[in-house]
Amino acid sequence: MRLTTLIGSVLIVYSGIACAGDGKLIGTAGLNQLEGAGGGGIVPWATLSGYDSQDQISANAFITQVNLDDYRLNVLGANVSLYDRVELSVARHAFDLTTLGGEIAQTVYGAKVRLYGDVIYSDWPQISAGMQYKDLEDTAIAGLVGAKDTTGIDYFLAATKVHLGAVGGYNLVWNLTGRLTKANQLGLLGFGGPDNSDYELMLEGSIGVLFSRHFAAGMEYRQKPDNLGLGEDDWMDVFVTYIPSKNVNFTLAWADLGSIAGATGQKGLYLSVGGQLW
Amino acid sequence: MVKQLVMTAAAIALLGGCASSSSTLYEELGGQAKINEIVENFVHEIEYNNTILPYFADTDIDRFIQKFAEQLCVFAEGPCTYSGDTMEQVHGGMNISEADFNLTVDLFINAMNKANIPHPLQNKLISRMTHTRKQMLYL
Repeated sequence: MRLTTLIGSVLIVYSGIACAGDGKLIGTAGLNQLEGAGGGGIVPWATLSGYDSQDQISANAFITQVNLDDYRLNVLGANVSLYDRVELSVARHAFDLTTLGGEIAQTVYGAKVRLYGDVIYSDWPQISAGMQYKDLEDTAIAGLVGAKDTTGIDYFLAATKVHLGAVGGYNLVWNLTGRLTKANQLGLLGFGGPDNSDYELMLEGSIGVLFSRHFAAGMEYRQKPDNLGLGEDDWMDVFVTYIPSKNVNFTLAWADLGSIAGATGQKGLYLSVGGQLW
Repeated sequence: MVKQLVMTAAAIALLGGCASSSSTLYEELGGQAKINEIVENFVHEIEYNNTILPYFADTDIDRFIQKFAEQLCVFAEGPCTYSGDTMEQVHGGMNISEADFNLTVDLFINAMNKANIPHPLQNKLISRMTHTRKQMLYL
């Protein structure tokens, strides 16, 4: 009985690979956000990362760089999306302190489950719940600024909807995410701190317009806690995305990340390339 | 900043509201001639797609062309009445998967592209067709 189930599962997985995911409309799989989840650029969305339908699976990889005045964030990530239901992700952060010297590395493991709906076809928005486990490796600076922990888990609930032809005939996409977090600057400066070490609810939002099947533009906003008392600011970006095919997407954004570890006015270019491997 | 986001959203919503005009989508598309062109292109797309073609193995193509054109005319608020079978009757027993459904939507978009339908009108037409999806999938 066990063996039959196992073989059954393997066959199901295999058949999924055999017909790799391209069963969604182009552009509707979204992008990969900084922490590895399917989403916009800085906000996780309810959409899963790949073009898989409920009979398919897909795997994606991405590389993102954010060049700020005093820092540079490099992100390498990958995720799999299973039957348009579950998404598993991993992202590696290397945060260069270009002015001070040094680097902070962190790994983020994420999981997301679609609870309801289809971003295009359901009457109500698609809803997903997710979590992100963050493991900070270079802990010295986090300790220095007074962070309480070097690992942490974020929990989020996201709602995303595409309204076909809603803006003068162009498709409108919006996302709203509520996140429970203790993370300081994604976790790069640890979790919790002298001012607060409890979970706080942060709101994150994205809004975009698809100007064709291949071009989108919009903006995002991400509320942040200030556990360390260093004046951590909310993040925002405006982006343009080019999606030549279901296999690859390019995003260019202007990001305003405010004050990071006491260095104020951190702004710069965000560049991301993502692709579906199968 | 949140205020800025809300204002942008409100502005976009207003913009969407202003864009509506008194003419029907049927007229904007270019009437029955353009709808017939889309349907003919769509049939052509299906003919050359090995995944979707088998679903049409037992289909009377002439009847399909006539009824689908009628249906699109109704969706676009044109002067037509749909005289075909229900979506459930037509697609029952086919067990159409979500992937194949979405692929067919891609083919329909190709058909509209080849008929030079502007992107905003494509979106408007599709938005009036989406409610039929649940009458077609996995039956």
